[in-house]
Amino acid sequence: MNVAVVRFPGSNCDLDAVQAISKLGSPEITTKLVWHESDELAKFDAIILPGGFSFGDCLRAGSIAARSPAIATVRKKAEAGTPVLGICNGFQILVEAGLLPGALLRNSGLKFVCDWTNVKVENADTPFSRAAQVGQVLRMPIAHGEGRYYATDEEVDLLRRDHRIIFRYSNALGKVTGDSNPTGTAHGIAGISNKEGNVVGLMPHPERACDPLLSPYSSSDGRLVFMSLLGGASS
Amino acid sequence: MVISNKKSARDPEGETILRDLVNKSGFERSVKSIRAGKYLKVEVEAADEEKAKKLVEKMCNELRIFNPAAHSLTVEVGRISE
Repeated sequence: MNVAVVRFPGSNCDLDAVQAISKLGSPEITTKLVWHESDELAKFDAIILPGGFSFGDCLRAGSIAARSPAIATVRKKAEAGTPVLGICNGFQILVEAGLLPGALLRNSGLKFVCDWTNVKVENADTPFSRAAQVGQVLRMPIAHGEGRYYATDEEVDLLRRDHRIIFRYSNALGKVTGDSNPTGTAHGIAGISNKEGNVVGLMPHPERACDPLLSPYSSSDGRLVFMSLLGGASS
Repeated sequence: MVISNKKSARDPEGETILRDLVNKSGFERSVKSIRAGKYLKVEVEAADEEKAKKLVEKMCNELRIFNPAAHSLTVEVGRISE
């Protein structure tokens, strides 16, 4: 499986994503950085839109990248069933492109939040969560100013009904509480998918939780997100 | 009211929206410039529209809601229908 990590002007978690996948150490998966204006994106088996501040977050985070040539290809590939993962700014790009519903607004505290969170897996039936178990709590950091997921109550109800809420902020025991919600995000939502389940966006950074040496909690939980691309069994 | 950078102060956000979004879209022949700014909608009680505008301008000046060193302020006034 060849995974493209798309690089926009202002991406800054692109190399981390490449590293996270390389460090899985599986010969079955390779990864490559692809510039957002490149036409080679079409040939990849999976696409990751990494975190960062594409185009300086001008207008709204992700809004300019959503009109870039890469996203036109991502749209076609997503419709054909290719797994697409948007992390942080990548998630913002996917909602701005209309590939995922809703919007990501300024955090309720109006501050950039950089912190480790507990993220509960709500649906383990996507190409980016199937190496985890439903109810499993993953320790992953967030670092964003615009990550408060918003959709109307009716839209959130539909997401719930269709099991499209993939990740929610919780406490360490997996209980979703007001205190465990770092940004005022609707229903504790940290990540969702499209109807078909192949397009997933999340605000937490799995690629920054892949090496226990680099986590104050010795977390390597983020590896499960990338291992999911390889199939069900987690090792 | 609309608060934006003075003409003499560059506006990188507007420039980026023009350069990286609009100028790549086919609208570039008609769209010449874009300035970003901040918009505040203020509901006031005043005898008439002129007084409402004066009040808002006074407030903006006294409270430094805009920074006259770098910003220009445009106040538009309208009546809220009952």
